[in-house]
Amino acid sequence: MIVIEARGLSKAFGATIALDGVDLRVEEGRILGIIGPNGAGKTTALNAILGLTSHQGELRVLGRDPWAERDRLMRDVCFIADVAVLPRWMRVSQALDFVAGVHPRFDRAKAEDLLTKTTIKHSSKIRHLSKGMVAQLHLALVMAIDAKLLVLDEPTLGLDILFRKQFYDSLLNDYFDRSRTILVTTHQVEELQHILTDLMFIDRGRIVLNCSMEEFESRYVEVMVHPGQIGTARALKPMNEREVFGRSILLFDRRVNKDVDKNIDRQLLAALGEVRTPSIADLFVAVVGNQSGNAQGAAQ
Amino acid sequence: MNAQSNAMAESSIQSQGTTPAAVLAARAMYWSVRREIWENRSVYIAPLAAAAIFLFGFAISMLAMRRDIAGSQLGPAQQRDLLNARYELSAALIMGTALIVGIFYSLDALYGERRDRSILFWKSLPVSDLTTVLSKLTIPLVILPLLSFAISLVTQFLMLVLSSVILAGSGVNIAALWTGVSFFRVSMVLLYHLLTVHGLYYAPIYGWLLMVSAWAPRAPFIWAFLPPFVIAVVEKVALNTSHFLELLRERLVGSQGDGMASHHAPQDFTASLIPHHFFSTPGLWTGLTLAALFLFVAVRLRRYRGPI
Repeated sequence: MIVIEARGLSKAFGATIALDGVDLRVEEGRILGIIGPNGAGKTTALNAILGLTSHQGELRVLGRDPWAERDRLMRDVCFIADVAVLPRWMRVSQALDFVAGVHPRFDRAKAEDLLTKTTIKHSSKIRHLSKGMVAQLHLALVMAIDAKLLVLDEPTLGLDILFRKQFYDSLLNDYFDRSRTILVTTHQVEELQHILTDLMFIDRGRIVLNCSMEEFESRYVEVMVHPGQIGTARALKPMNEREVFGRSILLFDRRVNKDVDKNIDRQLLAALGEVRTPSIADLFVAVVGNQSGNAQGAAQ
Repeated sequence: MNAQSNAMAESSIQSQGTTPAAVLAARAMYWSVRREIWENRSVYIAPLAAAAIFLFGFAISMLAMRRDIAGSQLGPAQQRDLLNARYELSAALIMGTALIVGIFYSLDALYGERRDRSILFWKSLPVSDLTTVLSKLTIPLVILPLLSFAISLVTQFLMLVLSSVILAGSGVNIAALWTGVSFFRVSMVLLYHLLTVHGLYYAPIYGWLLMVSAWAPRAPFIWAFLPPFVIAVVEKVALNTSHFLELLRERLVGSQGDGMASHHAPQDFTASLIPHHFFSTPGLWTGLTLAALFLFVAVRLRRYRGPI
């Protein structure tokens, strides 16, 4: 089943173009990470998907137009749009009561169960909880909702590393199954690498990379080149080159051609130095950094 | 035929295990109203405090009166008038408090959720903008009037008890206070006044405030009160008239002949108890139309608005 389908999704704020004709297709059971620099249009894209902002172009989420049917869509979609948006005046018990009251798919027992694993008390006011506890509470509320799509926009911003780890562990172990779909944006890319099934880079309102994690692992290779081999390695046209402790690290896109047979052979690269899978962050720098370099060059 | 039966089978599957839409909508409305009361405790605390303070003042005035009338006899009619006047005063105080609470509540209702970013949480739940705006309108239009009525009723009963206790043994005929009570009549007039005037006649005022609160980028108070003020001033300067101001004054305090009970003329209460008169006022219907328009805009605005 297709959860999200967008064609030519665009949005402009005055003269600023936030989304520039994005085509997107997300299938059921995926965990898609959307990575991009600040102001790249990530949040705008998510807001359009959640029916929080109007847009141009075609967009269907679970077969519905989010802008026209936000309230109906929210029975099947959950989101954490930011850290600490829970109303500060509310008590934890009131938050549970309210969500249980208005949400037909909320399992209160499950939320209570998740909360017993934390130090959050039912009688506490949200204003008296720490930032990490608010995130835990919000996650407990969201995880107790039997939704088809969960959207997380910087859900762990400003949380310490223990909370962040717990957050994603809990999400994977207690929530995710193959019938759900998760969309997540974050700047802490490295923490996400092992949980994603799909990866998307977005820059200046456009998708600059969109692949599954299997494809990512087979296609992109990082080589710490032996000093003597640097010339040969550079001849293979790496995407990016950087130096760490005097050693050159070259990042290759093995698929230089649409034809699979013409891929750069892994064995060939292994002969040049130590081969490994790049981190998402390094690939991001190679893809987005190059693009902005090109753009700057073009501007000059 | 086949397609039809398929569609029927599908719809019956969908209806199984899911709650009907009307029930869901009613539940969303009920919990949204409760949520408003959780957040805005001043809705009941302020009128209660006003009632408590009034009772305190009333007790003191009764003590003073006991001293004054110790000797002279008060006739039953005088006793009744004495209490009736105070009933009206207590009701006016409680209603006035509720009115002020309602105004400030409405101004903050759709602005506060944007300021504290909690709108992102509310919008993540299956509650429509229409339900949210209507639940917020319910507070000044229904909850506050009914609450004022209940509190007034209890206050007036306590006043009766207090005056009986304090005046006991001062030579005043207590029985006359209880037998001659216009208690029930006054209450009914009060309820009628609250539901018609506060509930219906003030609707465009609350609608306007909610609309401004949904729109204002900041300082909703200024945006709500500046435009009427500017219109009044411009009208005065340009045409040397003050129709707009008169219109507002009429809406708030009422004028003679429009079937609206005035706070300051309790004697007119009974005269105003003629529903067909009230409902035939064109001003009422113009106001309700205006209120509907303001609310429509507020609902649309909430859809477009995010945190500020």
